[in-house]
Parts: sequence; structure tokens; C-alpha cells
Amino acid sequence: MLKIENLQCSINANPVLKGLNLSVKPGEVHAIMGPNGSGKSTLASVIAGNDNYDVDGGDINFDNQSILEISPEERARMGIFMSFQYPVEIPGVSVSNFIKTAVTAMRKFRGEKPLSSSDLLKAMKENMDLLKMDSGFLSRSMNEGFSGGEKKRNEIFQLAMLNPRLSILDETDSGLDIDALKIVANGVNRLRSAENSFIIITHYQRLLDYISPDHVHILSDGKIVSSGSAELALKLEKEGYDEITK
Amino acid sequence: MGRKKDKEIIGELTSKKYPYGFVSDFDSDTIGKGLNEDVVRLVSRKKNEPKWMLERRLEALEILRKMTPPKWANLKFQNINLQDIIYYSAPKKKASLASLDEADPELIKTFNKLGISLEEQKRLAGVAVDVVIDSVSVSTSFKDKLADLGIIFCSMSEAIQKHPNLIRKYLGTVVPAKDNYFAALNSAVFSDGSFCFIPEGVRCPMELSTYFRINEAGTGQFERTLIVAEPGSFVSYLEGCTAPQRDENQLHAAIVELVALDSSEIKYSTVQNWYPGDKNGKGGVYNFVTKRGIAHSKAKISWTQVETGSSITWKYPSCILKGNDSVGEFFSIAVTNNFQQADTGTKMIHMGERTKSTIISKGISAGKSNSSYRGLVKINRRAKNSRNFSQCDSLLMGNLCGAHTFPYIDVKNSSSVVEHEATTSKIGEDQLFYCNQRGLGNDEAIAIIVNGYCKDILQKLPMEFAVEAKKLLELTLEDSVG
Ligand SMILES: Nc1ncnc2c1ncn2[C@@H]1O[C@H](COP(=O)(O)OP(=O)(O)O)[C@@H](O)[C@H]1O
Ligand SMILES: [Mg+2]
Repeated sequence: MLKIENLQCSINANPVLKGLNLSVKPGEVHAIMGPNGSGKSTLASVIAGNDNYDVDGGDINFDNQSILEISPEERARMGIFMSFQYPVEIPGVSVSNFIKTAVTAMRKFRGEKPLSSSDLLKAMKENMDLLKMDSGFLSRSMNEGFSGGEKKRNEIFQLAMLNPRLSILDETDSGLDIDALKIVANGVNRLRSAENSFIIITHYQRLLDYISPDHVHILSDGKIVSSGSAELALKLEKEGYDEITK
Repeated sequence: MGRKKDKEIIGELTSKKYPYGFVSDFDSDTIGKGLNEDVVRLVSRKKNEPKWMLERRLEALEILRKMTPPKWANLKFQNINLQDIIYYSAPKKKASLASLDEADPELIKTFNKLGISLEEQKRLAGVAVDVVIDSVSVSTSFKDKLADLGIIFCSMSEAIQKHPNLIRKYLGTVVPAKDNYFAALNSAVFSDGSFCFIPEGVRCPMELSTYFRINEAGTGQFERTLIVAEPGSFVSYLEGCTAPQRDENQLHAAIVELVALDSSEIKYSTVQNWYPGDKNGKGGVYNFVTKRGIAHSKAKISWTQVETGSSITWKYPSCILKGNDSVGEFFSIAVTNNFQQADTGTKMIHMGERTKSTIISKGISAGKSNSSYRGLVKINRRAKNSRNFSQCDSLLMGNLCGAHTFPYIDVKNSSSVVEHEATTSKIGEDQLFYCNQRGLGNDEAIAIIVNGYCKDILQKLPMEFAVEAKKLLELTLEDSVG
């Protein structure tokens, strides 16, 4: 589904990713771990198409085609979703209106009619129950005045509503207390399927206690330095990054 | 009655020959450019005006002669030569098109985006529209209903003929000719406009819309509007329309006067969408408007405006809060794009005790445009225990546009409170990317961000107007990030 080959990226002429390879098959869950500044968010942003980053070399293939020249909105419509490490505020735009607009845009791309308000509301209610969010959430304005945890939940809520094929979660666990973490993990687990894949970016191993990954990769200085099974995350937790990236 | 029906009426009104004032047998070439006493006399004579009206016009001309055009720091434009304008011409009948296929495709594209019906498109584009028999009765019942309540709603020309006492009593009492250069100009040569009178205790049961008045009158280069609300009455008035208004007249200098007598309420909503000029700033309407209302005891005046058009906009809808406990409100969205310039704001003059005013202004600048908010809050010595709250927000798109805020506050007593808040924000790349990531293209992203930003004010507009205004905002800002 996703194949990244020798990807090199920079921001403001500052090289960040330095030859990264990653391959994700349908239904797989990959965890990417790494110290601060190693390039995790850069990787997520570049897959999603943020043009603040320059791609200097390599390629990103999705569904067997290069997506480097494809706009971020088209990538999203193809089924790539990114849960932001720092979700953005959009004052005056309610959560329900934003999600409705996004769902409608995605459906339009697939040639589907807009959902009726009642169907949409039903879907929102179901997913909010899943994520234990109260219904007052819908009328609040996007991420404005949200606590860190509320922002992350709002990201997963959108993920659930849009049902993407590839979800990239950028440090969704940071800022969540243990209860919230379980709820979010539970939400993600429910969305796992034979078709849907996940890239879970995290700094700590604890989220992986609840979402068990098929593969774990360790990113250091813009390269994947080690890959393995779920055990690698545990080892990392015990020994620390220094030991593993040595 | 909703706007749908209003629109049906328009078809009927516009298909009739304009019955007042200008006559079509008059060849516009017989009077050339320029402004002088003879021209003013001619305008008045052609409109069959009584002597007192002519005298007022001549007085205004005299005042104008002694004035010089204002200079403003934040608007840049070439001097307007009053001698280069034609002050009298019969409304030109636009060459009628046989079908929409002959109309400017750009215009039709815009109409479609605004969701304007086919019939309506034909009318706006100048396609000959058949008279819809049915709408005659609609129009009649509409006028009958207003007449039953004693409400007068007609053109200014008609009002001068039929209601001279009311016009003599109120016209020019809120905006006298000497008020400013453009007010003097308008008072001397105004072409036509609307008059609206709501008798004591009457709640006008429908939104009154100038939408059809303007179209009936042809171009309103020097429009004149007067609304009088008698004690305890209420009226909601809509000016303008969202369809783009093209006009070869570059200078527009209108006056709107509102008189809200004791305990009455006037809600005045405007959507202004004059031609803004092309992407390079060529052409476009200069819109210099004087709008002012006077609120007597316990009365309320509320201005709501959505300004998206014109190459230059200069307007400050104002309230004179004369009576005790009177209330003034100003809610504004001003969008500028490309090379547009807008200098707009409000003046709240507190004279009575316990008077209250609220100002919420949202400026949106894109392209190379410039927008300024200029507001005056003046609380007189006598206006004890008065309050004002002002909030002026600016939203910038890109790095080439500008937004400026000039709040002037003048409080002459110590029991009054004035609060002012101002913010400037930018549509950030991060906001756009966030929306893109959820499947929204740039235009959709801007639309949702801008609508969110303007939400408070869009909510103040009458429902159906708000829907149109929203679409208009989206359209105005389309393609403004690349
Ligand atoms: N705007 C920027 N300009 C220059 N360098 C940047 C910018 N943004 C991020 N970086 C650098 O890119 C590197 C990777 O950042 P990031 O991908 O956010 O790391 P992570 O998510 O793993 O913590 C860091 O060294 C950071 O300093
Ligand atoms: Mg990061």
C-alpha cells in the first residue's frame, strides 16, 4: 500500500530525512519510535503532502503510484489521514460543521452523494460514544480552547468519521492520561481491519501496550536504524535510545 | 414574505417602464458633462419636483462649491473631477440579449456559483424577461398588505410627489448637505432612491428590500434613502444584492438617513457587491456613502453590512444616540482582494443618558488590498452611564495585503465605560494544510475559515440574506491563495 524508498527531505535547507525506507501493507500496524528531532513529524508531514518540506530525493508510492506530485487534499481523498501532533485551531468553525465539510468533500471525490444530516449525526454520535466524548463537543469551535487531550481525541474522532486506509498518528499519545490513552487505543483497535493500515508515531512504548504493532521501527537522525517486532519497543524502553541507535 | 417571493416581484417591476422621474424620450446627449446651476435645475425639472425641492438642491450646490474633496491617509485614488460626470441622463436601456448564451460567460459562471436562478440570471444579465402574469397579483398583494398597515415604501421621486410633508420634515435632518463633500454633492444632484415610513406601533411584517427598488430605478449613482420609524414601530431593511453589480459610473455617492423615533427599531442590512475592478485594479466603482441614523429615546438602530465590492469603499454607518436609553449597533464584514481599498467603520455619538453601543468589525484582506477600520466613539458630557463595546478584528491572507485599525475614543464623563478589543490574525499555512489534510481544497479551506471568522456577524443578517452573503464571501476570496 505504502512504499517509501530512500526518502530525503529538508526544511529550510536543513536536511532532516536522510534516506528512509518503509513499506506498509494493507492491514498492518507499524510503530515508529525515535528521539525528539529525529524526523518523525517530518515523515508524517511529507507523506501527507505538507509543502513546507522539500523532497530532495527518493520516492513515496501509495497504491503503486508516486504521490510526490499530488496535492495534500488529493492524498487525503485517496485515503491518507494524519492525526496532527499539534492540531490547529479554526475559530468559529464548529466540530460538526468541519467534519461535515470534510466528509462531504471525501464523498464527493468518490462520487457519492452527501450524507443526510441525520445519517451524519448518527455516525458522529456512534463514534463519539466509542471515544467517550460528550455531545457538547460538536458545537465547540475546532480545537479552540481544547485541552491537549481533547485535541487528540478530536483527531481520532475525525479519523473514525473519515475511515481512511492509511492513518498516521503523530504522537497521539502525548498529553493523554492513562484513561484517555485506553479510550483512544480502543478507538483505533476498532478501526483496524484487513484493509486499513496504521503508522503510529510515538516517543514512548506505553501506547503500544494497548495497540499492538506488527512492526516497530526506530528512527534516528533521519534514518530507520533498526526494525523488528513488538519486542523491539520493549527493548528500547529498557535500554534507551542511546543504546539502540549506537 | 420571503425573498423568493420578493424575487418574483422583481420580474414584474423591472419589466414595467420606470414610471417616475426620468423619461426615456430625453436624449442624454443634450446635456453634457459638468455640474452647474442649470444642470441642477434641469434634474429637478425633469423629475417634476416642487419648488422647495429645487431650492434645497441649489442650496446644496452652493455648499458644495465652498468645499474641497476630502483627503484620506489610507485611500489612494486619482482626484475625481466633478465636471467630468454626466448628472442627467435617461436610464439607458441595456441592449436586450435574446438569450443567456449571449451574456458574458464569466458573469454566468459567477451567477451559477451564487446559486442565482435561471430566470433571475436572465434579468440581471439583461435578457428580456417575459412578464409573469402571476407575479402581478403577488406584487399587488404585497403592496396592499403594506398599505393596509399604513407603511409607505416607494421611490424617493414618488415620495417627493406624494408625501411632500414627510419628506420636507425629515429629509436632510440626519445628513445635512453641509455634512461632507459627497453629502453636498448627493443633496444637489441625487437621482433617486427609496423612502420608507412605518407608522406608530406597526411592526413591518416583511423584510423590505431595496433589491427591487434599485433595479427599478436603473443605476443609482447618487442614491438617496430615507427611513422613518414612528414611535414603537419596527422595520428590517435590506439594501443591495449579492449578484455582482456592474456599472459604468465610477463614482457612487449615496446618502442613507434613518430616523428612529421613541422606542422604535430599525435594522438595516447591506450586502454591497459593486464591481471591484479587475485583477490589476482597473475599473471598479468608487463607493463614497454617508449613512447615519438618529435614535430617539429607547430607540434602537442596527447596521449590519457585508462589503465585498467596489474598488474604493469609504463609508461609516453611524448612530446618533440622541434619546436616553437608545441603542446603536454596527456589525461589519469588509472583504478586500486584489487592489481593492476599503476605509470603513462607524461613529457612535452618545448624547442621551444610559445609551449603549456595540461595534463588531471584521476585516478580511487578501491579494494586494488594503482595509482600514476607522471608528469614533464619542460620549458627551450629558450622556451619563453610557457604554460602548468595540471589537475590531482583521484577518490577513498572504503577505501583500494590509489591515489598519484607527479607533478614536472621546469620553466626556466619568460614569461611562468604553471597551475596545482588537486582533489581527493571519490565515496560516498550518490552518490551510490542516484543512487540506481533511480533503478540502484551498478554496474550500478558505471558505470554511473565513465563514468561521465572520460567524458572529453572518448570524445578525436575516436568514436568507446570510446564506447568500456566505456564498459571496467564498466567491470573493476564491483563488486568493495559490
Ligand atoms: N521550520 C524548521 N526549520 C528548520 N528546521 C526544522 C524546522 N522544523 C523542524 N526542523 C528540524 O527538523 C528536525 C526534525 O523535526 P521533527 O520531524 O519535528 O522531529 P520529531 O517529530 O521526531 O521530534 C529537527 O531537528 C528540527 O529541529
Ligand atoms: Mg514530532
